[in-house]
Amino acid sequence: MNAVLEVRGLSKAFGGVHAVEDLGFDLRAGERLALIGPNGAGKSTSFQMLMGELRPDAGTACFEGVDLVGMEPREIWALGVGRTFQITSVFASMTVAENVQTALQARNGQSFDPFRRARALHRDEAISLLERVGMAEQADRPASVLAYGDVKRLEFAIALAGEPRLLLMDEPTAGMAPRERHALMDLVSGIVAERGISVLFTEHDMDVVFGHADRIMVLDRGRLIADGTPDAVRADAKVRSVYLGSGAETGHA
Amino acid sequence: MGLLVAQLLAGLANAAALFLVASGLSLIFGVTRIVNFAHGSLYMLGAYCGYTALQYLTGPLGFWAAALAAAVAVGLFGLLVECLILRRLYKAPELFQLVATFGVVLVVQDLTLMLWGAEDLLGPRAPGLDRAVMLFGQPVPEYDLALIAVAPLVLLGLWLLMTKTRAGILIRAATQDREMVGALGINQSLLFSGVFFLGAALAGLGGALQLPKGGADLTLDLGILAPAFVVVVIGGMGSIGGAFVAAVLISVVNVFGVLYLPESTLVLMYVVMAVVLLVRPHGLFGRAELQAGPPAAGIPDRPLAPLGPRWRTAALALIGLLAVLPLIGSDFALVLATDIVVLALFAASLHFMLSLGGLISFGHAALFGGGAYAAALAVTYAETPMELALLLAPLAGGWLAFAIGWFCLRLTGVYFAMLTLAFAQLLWSLAFQWTEVTGGDDGLIGIWPAAWASDGTVYYYLTIVLGGGAILMLRHLAHSPFGYALRAARDSEKRARVSGIRVDRVRLAAMVVSGTMAGLAGGLFVFSKGSVFPSALEIARSFDALIMVFLGGVDALGGPLVGAAALTLLQDWLSRLESWRLLLGLAVIAIVLLAPTGIAGFAGRLLRRREAS
Amino acid sequence: MLEVAAVNSFYGKAHILFDVSFSVGKGEAVALLGRNGAGKSTVLKSILQLVRPESGKVLFEGRDITRLPPHRIARLGLGYVPEERRIFADLTVSENLEVGRQPARTGLPLWTPERLFELFPNLAERRNALGGTLSGGEQQMLTIARTLMGNPRLLLLDEPSEGIAPVIVEQMARTIRALKDAGVTVLLSEQNLRFARTVAERALIIDSGHIRFDGSFVDLEADAEISASYLAV
Repeated sequence: MNAVLEVRGLSKAFGGVHAVEDLGFDLRAGERLALIGPNGAGKSTSFQMLMGELRPDAGTACFEGVDLVGMEPREIWALGVGRTFQITSVFASMTVAENVQTALQARNGQSFDPFRRARALHRDEAISLLERVGMAEQADRPASVLAYGDVKRLEFAIALAGEPRLLLMDEPTAGMAPRERHALMDLVSGIVAERGISVLFTEHDMDVVFGHADRIMVLDRGRLIADGTPDAVRADAKVRSVYLGSGAETGHA
Repeated sequence: MGLLVAQLLAGLANAAALFLVASGLSLIFGVTRIVNFAHGSLYMLGAYCGYTALQYLTGPLGFWAAALAAAVAVGLFGLLVECLILRRLYKAPELFQLVATFGVVLVVQDLTLMLWGAEDLLGPRAPGLDRAVMLFGQPVPEYDLALIAVAPLVLLGLWLLMTKTRAGILIRAATQDREMVGALGINQSLLFSGVFFLGAALAGLGGALQLPKGGADLTLDLGILAPAFVVVVIGGMGSIGGAFVAAVLISVVNVFGVLYLPESTLVLMYVVMAVVLLVRPHGLFGRAELQAGPPAAGIPDRPLAPLGPRWRTAALALIGLLAVLPLIGSDFALVLATDIVVLALFAASLHFMLSLGGLISFGHAALFGGGAYAAALAVTYAETPMELALLLAPLAGGWLAFAIGWFCLRLTGVYFAMLTLAFAQLLWSLAFQWTEVTGGDDGLIGIWPAAWASDGTVYYYLTIVLGGGAILMLRHLAHSPFGYALRAARDSEKRARVSGIRVDRVRLAAMVVSGTMAGLAGGLFVFSKGSVFPSALEIARSFDALIMVFLGGVDALGGPLVGAAALTLLQDWLSRLESWRLLLGLAVIAIVLLAPTGIAGFAGRLLRRREAS
Repeated sequence: MLEVAAVNSFYGKAHILFDVSFSVGKGEAVALLGRNGAGKSTVLKSILQLVRPESGKVLFEGRDITRLPPHRIARLGLGYVPEERRIFADLTVSENLEVGRQPARTGLPLWTPERLFELFPNLAERRNALGGTLSGGEQQMLTIARTLMGNPRLLLLDEPSEGIAPVIVEQMARTIRALKDAGVTVLLSEQNLRFARTVAERALIIDSGHIRFDGSFVDLEADAEISASYLAV
């Protein structure tokens, strides 16, 4: 299996405290890899480093052989990496379709085009993307009035518009009701499978993690303490001890 | 040697008032996150109040008592402003807060005029300190020495207040985390009001204390504003010590400028600011704000839509009316209509970057006046034909916007706004002081249209075609992919970045577009008036642009047109009344508080409601 | 003492709490357990009205405090210790304590800096140090001490054991027990079950914004199903 993303020795410290220390892993093509861990374990820091929002102190992160470290978010996007945010972020002043159209025009290098009418540009492609995420009938509604779950799906569609080969999803189901969570993750799983997109995601909901990840990595205090299949991670004593579910036996206090 | 020391002392003395104003501004911003544009007005009020108090209080003690009384009076006035206006706006987008404080500027201007008259008031000498002492063979006014002592005393007092009293500790805590202070049981409103009182009182004290040096006149308010901004920006937002150091730096640089480069005194402080910001983007003692807030003008929640049939008809009717106006209207109506179109283009150019880009500029006059001066200079010195000059004006506006944008776009929100104002003042200073080239206060005159366009009607049509065309072009841009990319960057900067939009370049390009259009408006303006004066670059002109955008409604693309018409007609109508600034200011404040979507936004909402029902 | 009734809270459009109801009796110490993102912090913030519930009520000593501004609630005797600590980094330790100071309350001992320095000896040594220079554990102590300066009847602690060294966690547990003995009612959110059990007598479990369990730790451990579905990985 060839790795899409190879991370080696990624580290970041804030004021002497190691937020992430020597993080290393491979993400294989088509894999859905979950990154979990208690609050403050370094998940967000890792994500920000991978997407160029934060510069690591050391280490490399190669996407299809190209080191992402030191690149800007936009350059990383241009290589084929998509991103969704924990606090969902769409273009609130536009309609649903225009949100996707704006991303499509950026992909086609038309962000500086002063001549065409943007409303008509890439409309069909946007609609078919929205159809795929089940949002087509809301295409002309303002994004600002959508229900939260629909905003999540819209953000996913915007990310897909960039034709990513790797998707970084930061807590894709945060803030959703349990039933919606699984619906969203089923949708994501289906689409990434048919398009061959690899996914790295963080998540708090363990049902989502164990139901939708092919592999799970566990971070604790900036270090990777486990990396394996869901069953292997579930059985890992160390993981059980740091991650709430110690029952009574193995507290670390 | 003696001369140097004397100059140094004069600079230090000048620093006192500047420091008092800037520290109050900084203090208020630190806790309430409001940039108080009316702070210069509070300074002016301080001067006038001090003048009046001195009519009743005499003697050396009376003088200082009068200064204190002025400070308290201005502090109470500030408290009133906070309670009546700003308190309701703490959660509103920055634009609304700023426009509301503009309103206060206008109101205070007229109130002062009504209470104290238009005559400049000569400052009385400070009793007991009205002589000069000889230092190193140079005369140094005693009062200067007193001022040199006052500033550090106030700094010390503020330092004691901030570090040794509970109130000061709470203020510092609130500067860092307002919500947490509330969660610990502290009443934030009370704290905010207290800080506003203190900040206003400091400005009032500054105004009263400079009475013996400069007297009181109606230009003090905007005159001190730009230097105070520069001091706050150099010292670092929220840092009182920084304000002190920066005030001293600026004032000393200034007096030495008078000595060695008399033409450049006003420009020098902006050069100092530029150098400091290049090295330390957040000022000498400032810190990067951790989180950029939401866009300064807020995000509209309705998508942009092409005009509906009804609006389309209305627009066509308007164009038709403008076309036949020379046949039916008086000459005066033509002049008024020309003014409206020029101002509408000016407003539309600001609207483009402010509303679609979320970039609030307080110095938009720089681009308008820049275009105007470019055309006028070309005509005056190179006998450039009007046609070419009207091409040069937008080019100059675009280039200026590029330079200003390159500098200012590193900062966001209110920092961006304050920097743009500083740059506009820089250009104003150039126009005002570089007399050999710009004619200074006398301006450049005799800039008349080419022979074929010299008739008022022809020039009117020219204005309609160029100005109206440019407005339509801006409108078209808003609907183009570029306009969408610009809005995307405003709606969610991080989403835009990871969707492949070059946010910084898109914003710079928008500023250049905006500058080009403002420059064209300036060019049309020059030839319609036949002259240009530094007033084309002054703060009040930038205010006009903001107020027009605001009156028309930030979210409505047609807003600038409505705003320009409203402002021109309102000014024309109100200027027949004695106190039009007062009325305009009150109107602006009322609109911020009651109808924040502006006239066009309000009308649009009414229309939609009717269509829905 | 505290009653939370059918509270629904949102962050923007995200529905975080669903009909959350529970109560805390006088002198009790209750632990709110749940995974990351389950809604624990939001429960505490909704009590203090830092997050305004869309619906539902919060009663403190029989008084409806929903929609009151946070500072009024704090003055009623409700102390809040945030998860992110949020100490004032540019203020010294003593100044941080001063911000929290409120008048004495009848029936409760008065907290003074001296008494707090006895409780937290590490802070005493650093009383003139800036908050930002403290270690994580010291900051956690300071944020609790700062809240105690308000002489609270009810203390809300958001994840007090998070991100601090095990030794300090021990000390934290002792501190909370001492507070309880001094008559302060405690509601704490926790992920660390063992820590929670050593300081609290009753457990609430929250998952995806729903309260799933409310009872004693003995009952909790006896309920294999609950433990398995909400606590185990």
